[in-house]
Amino acid sequence: MTVDPIHQFQITNLMPMVTIGGQQISFTNSALFMLIIVGAVSLLFIGASAPAALVPGRLQSIAEISYEFVANTVRSSAGTEGMKFFPFVFTLFMFILFANVIGLIPYSFTVTSQIIITASFALLVFFIVIIYGFWRNGLHFLNLFVPKGVPIYILPAIVVIEILSFLSRPISHSVRLFANMLAGHITLQVFAGFIIMLGSLGAVGWLGATLPLALVVMLTALELLVAFLQAYVFAILTCIYLNDAIHPGH
Amino acid sequence: MSDARENGDRGKAHTDEAALSARLRRLDEGLGHARERADPASGGSREDRATTASGYAKGFRLSSELVAGVLVGAGLGWLIDRWLGTSPWGLIVFLLLGFAAGVLNVMRSAGIVANPRQNRD
Repeated sequence: MTVDPIHQFQITNLMPMVTIGGQQISFTNSALFMLIIVGAVSLLFIGASAPAALVPGRLQSIAEISYEFVANTVRSSAGTEGMKFFPFVFTLFMFILFANVIGLIPYSFTVTSQIIITASFALLVFFIVIIYGFWRNGLHFLNLFVPKGVPIYILPAIVVIEILSFLSRPISHSVRLFANMLAGHITLQVFAGFIIMLGSLGAVGWLGATLPLALVVMLTALELLVAFLQAYVFAILTCIYLNDAIHPGH
Repeated sequence: MSDARENGDRGKAHTDEAALSARLRRLDEGLGHARERADPASGGSREDRATTASGYAKGFRLSSELVAGVLVGAGLGWLIDRWLGTSPWGLIVFLLLGFAAGVLNVMRSAGIVANPRQNRD
C-alpha cells in the first residue's frame, strides 16, 4: 500500500468549456479553488464591514487587523507614496494567504503549489514595476542599474550584473512561494503515507505509526506558520520592488 | 456619624481616582517606551524579521536568490548565442555574470551588502 505524494498536485478537468485554437479551456480543480478563495476573502470582508461598528466584533477585528498589518508593511517598505499600491498588495496578500491556508485542509487543492500561478503573480509585479517606473520617472528609472560611487572602469560589468540581478527577481520571487508550498505538502503526504504503511502491519505497526503521526501533527503546525510567512514574504518583496519603481534614484 | 462616613467615602473615592490616573499615566509611559522600542524594528528590518523567523525559510530564500541569478545569466547567454551566433561565448560570459548577480542577490538579502536602493531616503 503506497501513497503517491505527487497525486495531490494533479490538475483535473471538472468541466470542459470552450476550445480556442485547438487549446481546450476548461474549468479545473485549480480554478474551482481560486473561486473558493476569492469567495472566502470577499465573504470575510463583506461580512466584516457590514456592521461597521465602532467597537469591532470578531469578524471586523480580523478584517481591521489584516488591513492594519498590510498597510504598515506597505508604509514601512515603500513609504507613504507606496500606499497607492495598497489595494494591489492587499489583494495579493489575502489571496496567497487564503490559498496557502485552504490548501492545508485535507483533500483540498493548493493553488500556490502550481508554479504557473506564483510566476504569474511575480511577473505581474515585475511588469508593474517596470511600467510604473518608466511612466513615473522616465529614463531616470534606469538609474536603478547604475550604483553611485563605482569606478568608471568596472561600471559596465556592474551595470550588467545589476540588470541580471533585476531580471532574476521574478524567478526567486515566484520560486520561493511555489517551492515552499510544494515541499511542505510533499513532506506532509510522505509522513502521512508512513502512518498508513505502518498501520497495515498489525499491532506492532500501530505502535510504530504513532511516531509519524506525531510528526504530521507538528508538521501541520509548521506548515500553518509557513503558509502565513510565505504570504507575508511575497507581500513585503512586492513592496520592496514597488519601492524601486517609486524611488529609483540612489 | 453619617457625615463622617460620607467624608471617609469621599476621601476614599478621591484617592482611588488619584491612583487610577497615576496608573493610567504609568501605563501611557510604558506604552510610549514600548512603541519606541517597536518602531525601529518595524521601520527598517521588517524583511529581516520575516526571513529570520525560521532558519529554514532563510536558507530557502538565499538559495533561491543564488539559483535565480545563475539561471537568468545562463538563459540570457544562451539566447544571445542563438540570436547572434556567438556560441559558446555568450553562455560562458553571461553564466559568470549571472553567478556574480546571484552572489550579489544573496549578499543583499542577507544584509551583508547594504542595498543602495533601500537606505537612500
